Amino acid sequence: MSTIVFFDSGTEPRLAELGGKCASLVSMTAAGMPVPPGFAVTTTAYDTFVESSALRSEIANRLGEIDVDDVACIDRVSADIRAQIESRPVPEQLQHDLVEAYAALQEQMGGELPVAVRSSATAEDLPDASFAGQQDTYLWLLGLTAVCEHIRRCWASLYTSRAITYRLKNDIPEDDLSMAVAVQKMVNARAAGVAMTLDPPTGDRSKIVVDASYGVGEMVVSGEVTPDNIMLDKVMLSVVRERIGDKHAELVPDPSSRQLVEREVSQDLRSTRCLTDDQLVAVATLAKKAEKHYGCPQDIEWAIDADLPDGANLLLLQSRPETVHSSGEQKKPSTTPACGNLMSGITASLLGNKH
Amino acid sequence: MTATPVLKSFPKPSDLTVPPGAEGWEELYPYHLLFANSPGSDDKFWFCDSQHWPTVFKPFETIGGEFAVKCLGQYNTRHLLIPPANGIEFKIHLGYLYMSPVPVPEDEVAARVPEFEKRVGHYFQNWESLLEQWRTKVRATIADMEDLTFAPLPDAVPFDDIVSGKAKDGSEVIMENYDRLIQLCYQNWQYHFEFLNLGYLAYLDFFTFAKEAFPDIPDQAVAKMVQGVDMELFRPDDELKSLAVKAVELGLQRAFDNPDDVDGTLEAVRAAGGADWIAAYETAQDPWFNFTVGNGFYGHDKYWLEHQEIPLGYLKDYIRRVDEGQQILRPVDELIAERDRIIDEYRSLLSEEQVAAFDAKRGLAATAYPYVENHNFYIEHWTMGVFWRKVRELSRVFVQAGFWDDPADLLYLDRGEVRDAIFDLVTGWAVGAPSSGPSYWPAEIERRRTIFDALNTQRPQPALNTPPEQITEPFTQMLWGITTEQVQQWLSDNDGDESGVTGMAASPGVVEGRARVVYHADQLAEVQEGEILVATITAPSWGPIFGKIKATVTDIGGMMSHAAIVCREYGLPAVTGTGNGSTTIQTGQLIRVDGNSGRVEILEDPA
Repeated sequence: MSTIVFFDSGTEPRLAELGGKCASLVSMTAAGMPVPPGFAVTTTAYDTFVESSALRSEIANRLGEIDVDDVACIDRVSADIRAQIESRPVPEQLQHDLVEAYAALQEQMGGELPVAVRSSATAEDLPDASFAGQQDTYLWLLGLTAVCEHIRRCWASLYTSRAITYRLKNDIPEDDLSMAVAVQKMVNARAAGVAMTLDPPTGDRSKIVVDASYGVGEMVVSGEVTPDNIMLDKVMLSVVRERIGDKHAELVPDPSSRQLVEREVSQDLRSTRCLTDDQLVAVATLAKKAEKHYGCPQDIEWAIDADLPDGANLLLLQSRPETVHSSGEQKKPSTTPACGNLMSGITASLLGNKH
Repeated sequence: MTATPVLKSFPKPSDLTVPPGAEGWEELYPYHLLFANSPGSDDKFWFCDSQHWPTVFKPFETIGGEFAVKCLGQYNTRHLLIPPANGIEFKIHLGYLYMSPVPVPEDEVAARVPEFEKRVGHYFQNWESLLEQWRTKVRATIADMEDLTFAPLPDAVPFDDIVSGKAKDGSEVIMENYDRLIQLCYQNWQYHFEFLNLGYLAYLDFFTFAKEAFPDIPDQAVAKMVQGVDMELFRPDDELKSLAVKAVELGLQRAFDNPDDVDGTLEAVRAAGGADWIAAYETAQDPWFNFTVGNGFYGHDKYWLEHQEIPLGYLKDYIRRVDEGQQILRPVDELIAERDRIIDEYRSLLSEEQVAAFDAKRGLAATAYPYVENHNFYIEHWTMGVFWRKVRELSRVFVQAGFWDDPADLLYLDRGEVRDAIFDLVTGWAVGAPSSGPSYWPAEIERRRTIFDALNTQRPQPALNTPPEQITEPFTQMLWGITTEQVQQWLSDNDGDESGVTGMAASPGVVEGRARVVYHADQLAEVQEGEILVATITAPSWGPIFGKIKATVTDIGGMMSHAAIVCREYGLPAVTGTGNGSTTIQTGQLIRVDGNSGRVEILEDPA
C-alpha cells in the first residue's frame, strides 16, 4: 500500500485508503472532471506513523481511561493525544515520500504556489453518517514545513473532544480508526460558487442552477453575499432565467499575510454577471458531468482559477449528492394522456391552450 | 392579484393616413377585401401578415393571399373541424394584408371534438400513404400547369382546321388556359393546407407536453427534437454545394469568374472539359431550380431556372470556399447526432409512464412536422414558379398585341380584369378592329403604378384596433409569432428604446458583428463575410447567404419561421419577430445578437 496517491494517478479510488474526500478527488480526476491538482496522504501513511512508535496502542490506552460523562477528562485526554500526534517524529521513509510528493506537485502547478491541506476521513461525506465539519481544513500553506505540520494537525483532528464524544455516542469503534489527508493546489479563485443539477424548489431535473460570486466560494456557501443566480436548461445549456446578485464583497488571497481578506466589490462589477457566457456553460457542463458520473443529482462547488489559463481554469472543488430535494417526488404533467389515446391528448393540448 | 394595466390600442384602419399620391388605392383591390365593405371589422383585432407579404400587393398578386388564407380556413373550419379555431379572416388595407383569427364560440367547441378526432386521427394513422398521394397529385397539378400555353393568334386560322371542320379560332384556348391556370393554382393551394395544419397540430401537441414535463424548456429544444434533417426544402442549396464540390474536383474553378454571364460561364465549363458537370447541373435543375429568391407570392420573384446567374453566383462563392478548404456540405451526421442527444437527455429525465407519452408524441411530431418545411418547395417555389412563368407567357401575348410594354405590367390588372382583357384582345383580333386595351391600359397602368409606388413608401402597421388581453389561438402564436408579449412589445415601441430590439430567441448563441440591413433579395450581394444579417424576413432560397453571416435578426416570424429553422441548421444565433429590427438597426452598426435571450443590443455606430 502506498503512502501517497496523486489524484491523477488513475488509482482505483478505495475509501479505506483515501478517505471520502480524496477518493472522490481521484475518481473525479479519472472521470475527466477538473479538480485542483494534488495528492492524498493515505491512511497507510497515518497507520505507518501511529504504528512506528507504538502510538496506536498508547492512544488506545488513553481512550480507555475516558469516563463518558466527564467532559474535563475527555478534554484532557484529547489534548494529550493530539500533542503526541503533532510532536512524534515521522518515520524516515514516510518523510521521504512526503518530500518527493510535495516537489512533484510544485512542478505540476508550474511553480511554488500555496496549497490547501484537508482531512479526508474514511467516514466523511457518506449521506447517512455525516462527519462533515468534524475534520480540519488548512488553507494557503506555502513550503514543505508548513505542509507537514498541517498534515499532522489533520491527523490529530481525529481526536478532538467532539470527535471522541461523537464516536462514543454513536458506537463507532476506535480500533481501525485512520485518516487520509488531501494536499491540493490552493485555488486562486477569480469567481466561484455552487451548482445544482436540479431546480431546488420544484425538483425539476431538466434544470441546472448556478450561484456565482467573485473571489473564493466561501461567501456564497455561507450566505454572506447575494450571488448571481442563474438557471440553465440542462440539455440545451441555455439560460432560462438569471438574477444578478449584489455580490458586494469578495474573499481574495492576500499574498503578504497568506490569508484570505474580504474586499469590497466595485459598483460596476456588482451589476455585472461574474461569469462570461462561456464560463457559465462550462460550469453547467461540469455539473452535468458530475451528475452523470455519480448517477444522481449533484450539488457541486466550483471555481475559476486566476493562475491557470482560459479553458483550463475551471476547477471542480466538491461534488455531493443532492440529498434534500432529489428524494422528493418530481412534479409530473397532470394531463399526460395514455399514449394509446393520442388524439384525446391532442384535443386536450389544443383546448388547454385556450384557458 | 395585480391590477390589469390599461389596455393600449393600435390605430383603427380609418385612422391611418393615406400616403400622398395613393388616394383611390381601394380601387386596386377586390371589394370584399376592404375594411370599408366589412361592417364590424373595427371591433376585431387584426395583425399584419408582413411575414408573407412584406411589400404592397399589385392587384393581380392578391391571388396568393386570397388562395392561401382562404384554403387555410377551409381546413380548420370545414375539413378538420379544429375544436377551438375556425379560419383567419383577411383584408387588405393600404396595400398590406391584415388577418384576424376566427374563434369557435365556446358552446360549439365540445360538439366538434368527436369529428375532429375522427378526421385528424385518420390522417395521423395513414400519414405516409396520404402524403405520398399528396406528392403525386401536387406534381400532377404542376405538370398540367406546365402544359398550358399562351401563344399569339395567327393571321388566319390554319387551313387544316378548315379541312377538319374544327370551326374554332384558337381564342378559346387562351381563355380556357387562363381559367385553367387560375384553377390549377387554386388546386395546389387547397392541397397546400391538406397537411399543413396537421403538421402544426402534432407539433403543438408535443410542444405542450414538453412544456409541462420540463417547465421553461427552450422552444428551440422542442423544435430540434422534431426537426427533419434530410429536407426537400434544403435540396436546392444542397444541390449547389454538391455541384461546387464536383467543380473543384474537375478543376473548373476558373470558368466561374463571371457568373452573371450565364451562357459564357456554361460555355467556359464545357471548354474546360466539364461535360459531366454540365450534365449534373442540368439534372439538378429539374425540379430543384424551381426555387425563388423571394417567397413565391410576388410576380417579380426571381426563380433560379430563369435567372441562372443567381445559382451560378452562389456556386462561385461555394467553389471559393471549397477551394479554401472549408466544409460546405451540411454536417448531416452531426445534426442527427445532436438531435438524438437532445432527445435522449430529455427522455432520460422522465418516468417510465411519461416516456411512453413522450415517445408517442415526439414520434408523431417528427413524422408530421417535416411537411411544414418541405411543402414550401412544392407550392411556394415549384407551383408558383411555374404559375408566374405562365402569367408572363400570357402577358407577352398582350405585349405583342400592344396592350402594354412590359410583361410585368399585367400585374397591375386584377385577375378578373385579365379575363376581360383576354376577351378584348381576341375580339379585336377576330373583328379586325382595334382592341380597346392598347388605348386604355397604358394610362390606367401608369395611374395604378403611381398609387402602388405611393403605398409602398409607407410601412404597414403591425396591428389594428384593440388586441385581446391574451392571444390564445395556437396557430397564430406558432406561425406568426403573435403572442401576448409580442403585442405588448409592439404597443410599447413608441417608448423609444434606442439601445436595441427584442424578439424571439429562435436559435441559440451570442455573437457580435457589423449589421447588414437587407430589405430585398436583390441586396443580398451586398452581404459581406462575417456580417450579421438584419432583414424584414428571410426566404429559404437565401440559403447560401447563411454560410457567410454570423447571425440573423428579422422583423417578422416565430420559432418556426424560415430564418429560425435555417439558423438552427447552420448553428447561427437568431432573433426573430423583433417587429422593428430592420428599421432600428443601421447597416454598419456593431450589434450583439443574443439568440438565448432574444435581445439585440446596438453597441456602436458605423465605423
